[in-house]
Amino acid sequence: MAWVLVLPSILLIFGLTIYPVLYSFWLSLNNVSLLNPVRSFAGLNNYIEILSSQAFWAALGRTFYFVLISLSVQTVAGLTFALVLNQPFYGRGFVRALILLPWAIPNIVNGVMWEWILNSSYGALNGILLQIGIISEPIQWLSKPWLALNMVILADTWKVIPLYVIMFLAGLQTIPKDLYEAARIDGSGVWRSFFSITLPLLKPILLVILVLRTMQCFGVFDIVYIMTKGGPADGTMVISFFTYFQTFGKLNFGMGSAISFLVAFVVLSISLVYMRLLKTDEAD
Amino acid sequence: MVRSRMKKQWLYRIGLYLLVLFIILETILPFAWLFISSITRNEELIMTPKRWIPEQPTWDRYNSILFGKEISFRGASLTGPAKMFQKSLVNSLLIAGSVTALSLFFGTLAAYAYARLRFRFKNALLMLAIGVQMLPPIAIIIPLYLLLRDLQMSNAFINLILIYCSITVTYVIWIMAGFFTTLPRELEESARIDGCSRLGALFRVLLPISLPGLVATGILSFLTIWNEFLLALVFVNDGTAKTISLAIGEFSTQFSVDYGMMSAGGVIISIPPILLALLFQKYIVAGLTNGAVKG
Repeated sequence: MAWVLVLPSILLIFGLTIYPVLYSFWLSLNNVSLLNPVRSFAGLNNYIEILSSQAFWAALGRTFYFVLISLSVQTVAGLTFALVLNQPFYGRGFVRALILLPWAIPNIVNGVMWEWILNSSYGALNGILLQIGIISEPIQWLSKPWLALNMVILADTWKVIPLYVIMFLAGLQTIPKDLYEAARIDGSGVWRSFFSITLPLLKPILLVILVLRTMQCFGVFDIVYIMTKGGPADGTMVISFFTYFQTFGKLNFGMGSAISFLVAFVVLSISLVYMRLLKTDEAD
Repeated sequence: MVRSRMKKQWLYRIGLYLLVLFIILETILPFAWLFISSITRNEELIMTPKRWIPEQPTWDRYNSILFGKEISFRGASLTGPAKMFQKSLVNSLLIAGSVTALSLFFGTLAAYAYARLRFRFKNALLMLAIGVQMLPPIAIIIPLYLLLRDLQMSNAFINLILIYCSITVTYVIWIMAGFFTTLPRELEESARIDGCSRLGALFRVLLPISLPGLVATGILSFLTIWNEFLLALVFVNDGTAKTISLAIGEFSTQFSVDYGMMSAGGVIISIPPILLALLFQKYIVAGLTNGAVKG
């Protein structure tokens, strides 16, 4: 009985995810290229070749930069927004619904939208900055490698902040009000309460967000594809785009599989580090 | 003393409302600009200094993308893009709709088994399925590409639906199994004493109570598929199964100069997700925070 209920899903999941992943591991140990019909066993050669390739380390470095900047900016902004939306004010329900808007917009549209806003000749950002007089010459937002990477992070940030806000708001609502009351009677100020009550109690939520978002950042693809295609001068060639490019640009599938396993290993290690750092006291 | 306290209160209120205003503007301005661009004539779009409100707004772009036989693009009339856009809109609705329906159906059945029945490898299977979802998508794309090629499964429409189902069904099982375990067993037991079969109890008793969970997972699955790009990019190599994200992606290369047209396309495909998000805000928030918040 149980098997009848589970079987269709199991078949789907096994056939289309678990088996492919195992197959992918096998591919990573082989020379598999669509340009060459002959496959041969390569051992760890693919891995060795990648680990000694500068382009791989550069892409990984950019991804780390992406993760570091986006997670820190987004956590601070998301928590601030959540704290604001947790205060009583007129129209709170409306604003809390509105905040979902960026989250609902498809990645591709988000990419197109920011590409247009950042357009150096007709874009809205240069338009505003020129009219206010902050700059006198239009800035080429997407034509300089490092600046372009930051602009991709900006586009990503706009879209994901709602996720942080929703999570933090949910977390804030589970903190009992009397804790703050007691702290206030003991003479602790707003900041003190924030650091000794709010932050520690949000730790479990923060852990979930950080793990989830790190995985997402390592997979960022759509907005890069639309906004910069990895350029200029590889400035936005983050790891997922690098893998895609190695695989479907150079048709080297063995190499692509090896890179994805290395990436998976990195993501897993980072998640373990988070869990160590943010270990809650529950275990004690 | 009282005075300084009132002053403090006032400062707090002003500061709070300024922050709220900032959040509202930060949230809507970029998208508002996309919408404004979509109804502004090209001559006005490229004016410097920039005009923020169009003098003669126009719905022409929406008309030609949604209903037109051709799109006027820099003076030339093209039939391709309008047709492609309309077809891909239908494709995406069909694909996202059927994936959602299929994965809800099969996922719920499996979730019930996970929550209520005992069978071998139960937990190992679930952990494996979820663990695999954590890998970068490309790790699955590469072998799938080779597999489907070797099996000569060349119908991109069916391939996409199957692949998407494998992703969303895991999600449905995970969420719904969690949901079912929170419901007391007595509910179905009394129904079964009244002569219901196990499945009868599932459909007549458990599912109606689980409606909020079903709605939330359904919407989140639909949105995931509606927004998906990478898998579609790899697995759709002809026009027949082109999804809406792909169409916009192509729009942005074919219409690289015509930002007005891209804006209109972008607004159109954002409308269904925005409506869903606003209408079902409570369910979605519950779905997103599910499992993240204890107690």
